[in-house]
Amino acid sequence: MSLAKRIIPCLDVDKGRVVKGVQFVDIRDAGDPVEVARRYNSEGADELTFLDITATHEGRDTIVHVVEQVAGEIFIPLTVGGGIRTVDDVRLMLNAGADKVAINSAAVANPDFVREAAEKFGNQCIVVAIDAKQVAGKPGTETENEPPRWEIFTHGGRKPTGIDAIEWSKKMVSYGAGELLVTSMDNDGVKNGFDLPLTRTISDNVAVPVIASGGVGNLDHLAEGVIDGHADAVLAASIFHFAEYSIAEAKRHMAERGIEVRL
Amino acid sequence: MSRQINIAVIDYGMGNLHSVAKALEHADSHVSVKVTADRHLIANADRVLLPGVGAMRDCMGEMQRLDLIDTIKQAAANKPFLGICIGMQALMTHSAENGGVACLNIIPGEVERFADGLTDPTSSSAVSQNEHLKIPHMGWNQVNQQIKHPLWQNIPQNQRFYFVHSYFVVPQTPGPVAGSTVYGHPLCVALAADNIFATQFHPEKSADAGLQLFHNFINWDGSYDSSSCA
Repeated sequence: MSLAKRIIPCLDVDKGRVVKGVQFVDIRDAGDPVEVARRYNSEGADELTFLDITATHEGRDTIVHVVEQVAGEIFIPLTVGGGIRTVDDVRLMLNAGADKVAINSAAVANPDFVREAAEKFGNQCIVVAIDAKQVAGKPGTETENEPPRWEIFTHGGRKPTGIDAIEWSKKMVSYGAGELLVTSMDNDGVKNGFDLPLTRTISDNVAVPVIASGGVGNLDHLAEGVIDGHADAVLAASIFHFAEYSIAEAKRHMAERGIEVRL
Repeated sequence: MSRQINIAVIDYGMGNLHSVAKALEHADSHVSVKVTADRHLIANADRVLLPGVGAMRDCMGEMQRLDLIDTIKQAAANKPFLGICIGMQALMTHSAENGGVACLNIIPGEVERFADGLTDPTSSSAVSQNEHLKIPHMGWNQVNQQIKHPLWQNIPQNQRFYFVHSYFVVPQTPGPVAGSTVYGHPLCVALAADNIFATQFHPEKSADAGLQLFHNFINWDGSYDSSSCA
């Protein structure tokens, strides 16, 4: 008897619609977040994460309605990320029915925001997103003989901050993060698997759960995230959206690799 | 059952209760759910649910500020009553959280924090061997039913439920332990005492198993045979 490793599908939502094409054959409206959430829930998703990528301020109200609708009929934990910058943003999402919010660039701009939000709403609902790129020790680069080092990047991986990712992770936990969502900006979208050394180094250095993200292309990648990356949960978007694999298949595969999952 | 069941979900300002109310409504069509701090509504409800997220000092402080302590104790004394998470911990005598907080003392016992550096030596899984365990205990863990109880009806033994907590209850005697799990060590995650049931896990976030437990609560008359084992 022990705690299951979690599988978390991530839905990118733009102006209230799921983007990056969901290709379920038997779904009426693949752009409807509620339909997609319903589908993932029935397949056995352990949690759901919504990433709001809406660029305009006016469009942002729509994510609140999405969360309200999903929370009204799907009874598993919901996380909302994207554009969470103020305590009011956090309150709005939690009141809409989110269980956790993921704080990304606002944490880099103002680390005290994480502390303030954790004190107000509890550590358990504050997820800090760690977007990191390897800047030393990467095979095939001129620094390949140096010890590995990762740096925090913002603006979708375009802007370096000079902040060491491991130190930053520890700092965010000391500020009250209840969970870390670790995304390799090198691997995101590449489908070669998670950055395992990054995930493992962070997970081994913090007391809170770590979600591995960025780079999943097949089911072995999910298993490796747990076995070699020491992740407590694995997050993926495209392999589930394009119906390459179902959540249930992913869980069966992880179970075959000896990982505790909720079947 | 054709009669409508009125359920008061006690709103003492600790987090969002939308999910609890929606899950109750989903679990059984015969319910009318009121999320409320109104003492009369709570006193007149058929069932009372004490939810909660957050820290114990704020939780007890808000109950006092809203003058709900006697109302909650009355409800816990005489009608089907369900405590969830902090709402379970609040039933105990005392919590170690926030430097020590006196609780409702409805079920004698303490609330303790998970020790740092817990490991999981018991698991045979590929990754859990001597793995250092994270705090909070977050995610889906198995619940071993220690007694037969109407609230466990149609829920398989060792079913997984969703947890998120850093503190856990230690009842003074094993009598009220209705369910347990293992996280570094065995711990009590469900309590049953007369008309009271309480869970450390969140039924409102535990998919179908959680809805089944809510359904059982809605249809429970508040009695059970305390002599039977699971």
